[in-house]
Amino acid sequence: MLKFKYIIASLLFAGAWMVQAQQTPAPSQDGSILITGATTHIGNGQVIENGAVGFENGKITFIGEASSADSASFDQVIQADGKHVYPGFITLNSTLGLVEIDAVRATNDIEEIGNILPHIRAIIAYNAESKIVESMRPNGILTAQITPREGRISGTSSVVQLDAWNWEDAAIKTDDAIHMNWPNSFTRGRWWLGETGLKPNDKYQEQLEEVSSFLKEAKAYQAGDQEPRNLAMEAILGVFDGSKKLYVNVNGQKEILDMIHFMENHGVASPVIVGGNQADAVADVLAEKNIPVIVTRPHSLPSTEDTHVKKPFMLASQLVSKGVLTGIDVSGRMERMNTRNLPFYAGTVAAYGVDKEKAVQMITGDAAKILGIDSFIGTLEEGKDATLFISEGDALDMRTNQVSKAFIQGRDISLETHQTELWKRYSEKYARD
Amino acid sequence: MKLKFFLLAWLCFGLSLHSQEYFPKNDGISNERNSHTAFTGATIHVSPNEVLENATLLIKNGKVVAVGSNIAIPENSVQINLEGKHIYPSFIDLYSDFGVAEPKRVGRGNNPQYDASREGYYWNDHIMPDQKALKDFAYDSKAAADYLKAGFGVLNTHKADGVMRGTSLLVALNNQGDNNDRIIRQDAAQHMSFSRSIASAQSYPSSLMGTMALIRQVYHDAKWYKNEGAEQTDLALEAFNANRNLPVIFEAGNKQNALRADKIADEFGVKYILKGGGDEFENADAIAATNASFIIPLDFPAAYDVSDPYQTSRISLADMRMWNQAPQNPAVLASKGVEFSFTAADLKKKNEFLPNLRKAVTYGLDKEQALAALTSIPAQQIGMGSSLGMLKSGYHANFLVTSGDLFEEGSTIFENWVQGERYTITDMNIKDIRGDYKLNVAGNSYDLKISGELSKLKSEITKDSAKIASKIDYKNNWVNLFYTPGGEGDTEFVRLNAQTGKDNTLKGSGVLTDGSAVNWTATLEKAFEPKDKKEDSKTPEVLPVSYPNMAYGFAQKPKQEEVLFKNATVWTSEEAGILENTDVLVRNGKIAAIGKDLSAGNATVIDATGKHLTAGIIDEHSHIAAASINEGGHNSSAEVQIEDVVDPEDIDIYRNLSGGVTTIQILHGSANPIGGRSALIKLKWGEDANEMILDNSPKFIKFALGENVKQSNWGSTVRFPQTRMGVEQVFTDYFQRAKEYDEQWKAYNALSKRQKERTTAPRYDQEMETIAEILNGERFISCHSYVQSEINMLMKVAEKFDFRINTFTHILEGYKVADKMAEHGVGGSTFSDWWAYKFEVNDAIPYNAAIMHNQGVTVAINSDDAEMSRRLNQEAAKTVKYGGMSEEEAWKFVTINPAKLLHIDDRTGSIKEGKDADLVLWSDHPMSVYAVAEKTMIEGVTYYDYEQMQEMHEVNQQERNKLINMMLSAKNNGMKTKAPEMKEKIHLHCDSEIYQK
Repeated sequence: MLKFKYIIASLLFAGAWMVQAQQTPAPSQDGSILITGATTHIGNGQVIENGAVGFENGKITFIGEASSADSASFDQVIQADGKHVYPGFITLNSTLGLVEIDAVRATNDIEEIGNILPHIRAIIAYNAESKIVESMRPNGILTAQITPREGRISGTSSVVQLDAWNWEDAAIKTDDAIHMNWPNSFTRGRWWLGETGLKPNDKYQEQLEEVSSFLKEAKAYQAGDQEPRNLAMEAILGVFDGSKKLYVNVNGQKEILDMIHFMENHGVASPVIVGGNQADAVADVLAEKNIPVIVTRPHSLPSTEDTHVKKPFMLASQLVSKGVLTGIDVSGRMERMNTRNLPFYAGTVAAYGVDKEKAVQMITGDAAKILGIDSFIGTLEEGKDATLFISEGDALDMRTNQVSKAFIQGRDISLETHQTELWKRYSEKYARD
Repeated sequence: MKLKFFLLAWLCFGLSLHSQEYFPKNDGISNERNSHTAFTGATIHVSPNEVLENATLLIKNGKVVAVGSNIAIPENSVQINLEGKHIYPSFIDLYSDFGVAEPKRVGRGNNPQYDASREGYYWNDHIMPDQKALKDFAYDSKAAADYLKAGFGVLNTHKADGVMRGTSLLVALNNQGDNNDRIIRQDAAQHMSFSRSIASAQSYPSSLMGTMALIRQVYHDAKWYKNEGAEQTDLALEAFNANRNLPVIFEAGNKQNALRADKIADEFGVKYILKGGGDEFENADAIAATNASFIIPLDFPAAYDVSDPYQTSRISLADMRMWNQAPQNPAVLASKGVEFSFTAADLKKKNEFLPNLRKAVTYGLDKEQALAALTSIPAQQIGMGSSLGMLKSGYHANFLVTSGDLFEEGSTIFENWVQGERYTITDMNIKDIRGDYKLNVAGNSYDLKISGELSKLKSEITKDSAKIASKIDYKNNWVNLFYTPGGEGDTEFVRLNAQTGKDNTLKGSGVLTDGSAVNWTATLEKAFEPKDKKEDSKTPEVLPVSYPNMAYGFAQKPKQEEVLFKNATVWTSEEAGILENTDVLVRNGKIAAIGKDLSAGNATVIDATGKHLTAGIIDEHSHIAAASINEGGHNSSAEVQIEDVVDPEDIDIYRNLSGGVTTIQILHGSANPIGGRSALIKLKWGEDANEMILDNSPKFIKFALGENVKQSNWGSTVRFPQTRMGVEQVFTDYFQRAKEYDEQWKAYNALSKRQKERTTAPRYDQEMETIAEILNGERFISCHSYVQSEINMLMKVAEKFDFRINTFTHILEGYKVADKMAEHGVGGSTFSDWWAYKFEVNDAIPYNAAIMHNQGVTVAINSDDAEMSRRLNQEAAKTVKYGGMSEEEAWKFVTINPAKLLHIDDRTGSIKEGKDADLVLWSDHPMSVYAVAEKTMIEGVTYYDYEQMQEMHEVNQQERNKLINMMLSAKNNGMKTKAPEMKEKIHLHCDSEIYQK
């Protein structure tokens, strides 16, 4: 029985599986494709049980019931009965491609020194050939917002597709947003002096003041002759006219309210909350003011021992039910490699109160909306990018997330990775015996 | 100010008066005093249970001569009338560092220090049984005054530094004598603790469990040193042996450490007097079961300032409860029959001692027991029960004169006599001048009100009901009164003084604002009436303790039940496979029957239709529920035991239950090639550590390979090994040494009794014992491992020593050597999909489990992570995705397979008749991302229930609200509050090296 499996495995992956560094990006779509018969998840909360999606030249040209699709008009028809089709999953607030191996400093390009760094651009450090990036695709993650970390204002992110020769090639929206870390009301004790726990941060106001005066000066700079040029101020200006969103990492209820007030005072057009541990307590305000929340890694422990045991699983549901535009990110410890678990985070929030289709939407259509790229990606709608994949089953469940085909802008991408190659190499080794 | 200097000078001069009689004397003629002092008419508390009314205490030369109601007062007596007053023995505090300076703290350099700094002593700087408090002792009369005011007469003081701290000094707080008088006993007790010396940077021990192992090794070594006559001198062991008969005072500091210290005491047949932490009430039964004697701090937490709701939200329920419950600690301990004395050690301000003592009484502590804890018990604890702590003939004349019942609010300690020397706290002869007066000065008439404490009076002067600024001083029966006759804003004073006399009128002289002299009078119109202080002494509300005493603690510990799970999909993890529509009967903690349509009998029926029942999840690699994880002070720490440091109050236990986990192996971390011994526990939330640790637990030890043990990602590069090459040599060397050690002992044990007497026994070495157990197949290795070269290496080393590695844990490149693993017979416990976090996991693949399984290796999926461990069902499911495992096999990766790897598959890990009823009821397919654990049962006890969890959360929230209201009202009543403390849990991983107590 076991031997038989190996034979199957080696047959399936026949051909010499050379271990190579990276998968070669797929060529542009050549000829039209129709995927039909699948449970087709649109990414906007709707699902077509027996659906069809057609695309040509990288754009979706048809979406609807399988019965209403004209399969003859497509060059290639993929019968996907019993399978599921999803828009490519989108990972928000990600550091993919900025670090290859966490413990090896030489591979780390995630944080620059300094405090007010809106001019720092993550995109230019994005390693399109990262082994970790390619390992996202077999799980359905095809788009990512690449974001710098640390500092008060960390820098500027860009959105990439995950099958590219280089960063220019990868970028689908350059310099989409500025990211900042809101000061915390509490600071950690200095452990080396035996201080444990948190204490009120007496520099909170001072730290806000630093950002405040920077924003005020930037506005003044804009109004003046802009001489001499100031790169940091130029970089931040987009947050005032809405051309750049401002992602604010903020967790506490009080800090969130402070943040909203602050952004209104400074005329920041589109703040987005990242983290939002206690955002549920102010969900009504967030819904009313249309401030989205990106919930950080639902697979987290409750923040205190008194916190509800299931709180991190429930937070998304608590926000969604109040009408807050909600996304999910993966930031935190070992976040790059963990990013491939994004679909399962969505599955978990579905287990704790979010409608399953809404959970899909959170990592597709709503994620695109938060990023401001929903005009061309995120849902399976005509005219949008054909960035989508076929899974053998429910892609939010680890058992059935089996991606058999994935397309980015209509390009039929490789689903192999450094890891599948090693798998095959050693399966083959043992099959020889 | 001048007076103070004068007093000081007088005190110094006075010292010579008290020198020993045989000392040469050059400052005058002999001044021997042999008179008696008789205290008459007092209520004398001779001992906690003997009170004499209207009795006399007769003292001479610092000792009690007689006490009783019919004492013949010798002619050469100074008599002091104490009618209406009480006499108590002065208090004794056995836990103090009075007069002994803290040593200088050394910083830790860039590189760790592995060897001891001291020469001629033990190999470890933190072991200083040779240290003597006497050597560093300098009497501190200022600090003594604070203790005297709080009622103390004798302190046992020690150098509070290090694990073995040497001997203490018993000293009387005789501010007028000298050290010849004061030192009652040097080497009064031996002191120990779980804390490292701040004066040494020596790395070992870096953890609580390392400290415990070190203490044990000292006991072994001291015995060996004494019996077998070591070839080298060890001054520390010699001192330790010399002090063996002294009482041992062990600073435990909290209830869990008290149990830990007691465990060591039991192992070596010694008794410790345990210095507690004030939280003993939370687990009073276990504390009582130690049969140890305690020293309990009278330090109760202040209420939190909860006026900022946002900050308040970060204070834990456990901390809030501690404020509410801690004052009952002495009463609870007394009710459980625990013997204890009190200490003021944890109080920064010693003047909080008396109020706290009274608080303890208000919270139910019997007054007799309170007095015993202050006097006779500490005297007995320190072996001085026949000369201290009571007022019997021959005892030290150490006693308090009080205005009334010491334990009642408002009674005053007037005097504290130590060794027959008076220390006045409040002048008991001072005239009470409080009251309302008519003040007449130079033809002007005012209303004067004198109030406040006798030692600190307040004045209030009004003229025609307008208030005039004033101030009053009252000392030694002289009144000084100042006021501004011009009223508000005036800066010119009228200064008056008067000596109080027999009548109630104050009469004296003074100076007016213009400098002219004046006579004045103040006539009493209404005498002072003390306020009835009883009004707020109603019995305070104490909230009940839960198990454990924190959020999600049970009000009552859950009990074993008879349960019938009806109509479930049963995942047996056995050959029987997955059974649809099946019943499982649980009785006496075991799985009693599996089948269709079972009769419930007395069992509670749980309708499991549409639900899935599985064996409880077993996590082969966990670091939750432990106070420390790494002992990285040495490259081998085989002697340390995680079982020593199991923390039954870790909320992650409950969180794990919420994910269906019932059994875990708490592994030592990976700081060194040879780590420590594991603890295998069942997650019996609410129980003690001992209840959680498996009975007849298989013995395990953690080994580690790779980057962590060679410290690749650390700052320092001085510890061997720094390469994988060195790691092999560490193992080979230790195994070889352990083999030789074992042979030596076997040879020695084979000798006849007579031969043994003539032969030097080998030294008992806990580390070698542990490694010898591995060689003898009695202990199993679970080895943290990453790359194939080192995995292969360890198997070869083991084979050379003729044993097998039990488990490779993490084993991320196991797939590369799976065939060799199968041949060796080692299991693999791996992550489902972790990789890329360090260089050695660059080739880690999520197909690892499947490949190893396919090669015949017993495979488990583990967590090494408090978060992941509560989703191990999902992690198992990933092996279906990666590598195509069947669901049935995948589920075994978190149930029967880890049970096999842990050698507990005969009792848990599957659903089989006769096995422990360790079960989880899931809402859905157990490996579905949508599955929620509804019930988690261990041995027939439901420790987690989803609905109950929701209710407990609600109840916790209500209790928080109640406590917050109680604190707000405490603040409004003027009680002291402190800023919110927001504790942060540190989640431990393999490479966590944090010294936690």
